[in-house]
Amino acid sequence: MWLDLGLIVGKIAVVFIGIIAGAFVLTWAERKQSALMSDRIGANRAAILGIKLMGIVNSVADALKMIFKEDFLPPKGLRFLHAAAPVFAMFPVFMTFAVLPFGPTITVGGKVIPLQILQLDVGMLYLLAFGSIAVYGVLLAGWASNNKYTLIGGMRATAQMISYELILGLSLIGPILVYGSLDPGVMATAQNGYLWGWIPKWGIIVQPIAFLLFLPAAMAETKRCPFDLPEGESEIIGFATEYSGMRWGMFFLGEFAEIVVLAAVLATVFLGSYQVPFLFDAGEKLGMAGFHFPWGAYLPIAEWAVVALRILSFGVKVLILMWLQMQIRWTYPRFRYDQLMRVSWREMMPIALANIAVTALIVMLVA
Amino acid sequence: MELLRHIIFWLFAVLTVGSAVVVVFHPRVIYSAFALLFTFFGVAGLYVFLSADFLAAAQILIYVGGILTLIIFGVFLTAKITTLDIPHQTHQRYVALVPIVMIAAGLFTVVKNTVWPTAPLPHHPTTQVIGELLLTKYLVPFELASILLLAALIGAMRLARYYRKRED
Repeated sequence: MWLDLGLIVGKIAVVFIGIIAGAFVLTWAERKQSALMSDRIGANRAAILGIKLMGIVNSVADALKMIFKEDFLPPKGLRFLHAAAPVFAMFPVFMTFAVLPFGPTITVGGKVIPLQILQLDVGMLYLLAFGSIAVYGVLLAGWASNNKYTLIGGMRATAQMISYELILGLSLIGPILVYGSLDPGVMATAQNGYLWGWIPKWGIIVQPIAFLLFLPAAMAETKRCPFDLPEGESEIIGFATEYSGMRWGMFFLGEFAEIVVLAAVLATVFLGSYQVPFLFDAGEKLGMAGFHFPWGAYLPIAEWAVVALRILSFGVKVLILMWLQMQIRWTYPRFRYDQLMRVSWREMMPIALANIAVTALIVMLVA
Repeated sequence: MELLRHIIFWLFAVLTVGSAVVVVFHPRVIYSAFALLFTFFGVAGLYVFLSADFLAAAQILIYVGGILTLIIFGVFLTAKITTLDIPHQTHQRYVALVPIVMIAAGLFTVVKNTVWPTAPLPHHPTTQVIGELLLTKYLVPFELASILLLAALIGAMRLARYYRKRED
């Protein structure tokens, strides 16, 4: 029992540190990437004993600044809700990762360990449910600040998040129908199947429309890129105007963590999770671990190397998707609010519904 | 392990009842709405203890993610809600006694006559079973509920559009 408990705590620690590290790298990458794309140098001043590490030290300086900055509570603001809002923006994001597998099931000394914190039959629902709690951070921040503009900003952000949450949920139904399970772990295993023996059954191949709907919806959920109206710090008064110091930092840590988590969801559902094409472990190919290519070639690889390759492949996919989100963010101009709403309800929603109907029909005909 | 189960169960039970008390008695409606979040969350936790995993996730997804957000939106958009005095005194105590006694008696009978399975159930995934039942045995109620929701949707749209036209 203590071993099990220790394993769970260990897995939680790995995931938690992974997300925090991802968010930390993002704060740096965001500044450097935006500088690169607008032909600037970007953060390069902060240094510890002359070591700058291409500006990574700036992220440390940013964090220190936020911790020591005055924590301002607006007069007549609601003290309790004002303090609770950033927590609500941050903690559900970390919890959503629990159902995502970050590697295959491994066997150590006869003990089977799935590299997934929670193996839930309703995994995808859990993910969406906890994702929806993040709305409360924005909503309460808007109200507790006792500022009319902030309240409007909070409601604007909430309306955006709810609208796109719907698209997130609807676009996930297609892959769920194809893989026949709500458990991301099962989805991951299913993606090592092959169409006609040689095309990997990844979500992006069997459900391309769902992928194209999910990616922008995910970016709207993180309030990133063309969808950053809730913040637009320098132009619009948003929900976080009355926040400073570490509380403001928590909103943005939550947001960066959300980028990492949604990149992981995208990788899990659409990019084959931890699978590497044509790589099988010993259990899947009668004791012959390694690459089994469709033209019959076989490249044997040690069992531990298969596991390592798979964990590595998941990490690389998440990093690529994070980079992709950042690239889009600095490429496209911001939507106007009515455009934002129209895209969600009038354009993406009918496509998402049609995708579900067509997918259901095909799944029924094939089965 | 059994002790841990009990501790977690009581945590959820206290969370549910405690936040429900706040919902009823807090004088500021925004705090009531906020406390309702914890009530829904606690109830979802209790569903998990009943091995109803699908129900628990759906509870959070629909009630916390959807309905409560709309309630809070309603609070935000109500004019002068901060100065609104929500009465907490009691009126007509003796008349109220009649429904209270009736409801209490009804609940007591139900509690008394139901056979409560006390042994912890082994955890079974329920999603597939629920899905199959909804599309076979309970198809008609399921479709009726859908029609009801559709009617409400169209009705809400009609009302909103009606007033917009009159303002022009």
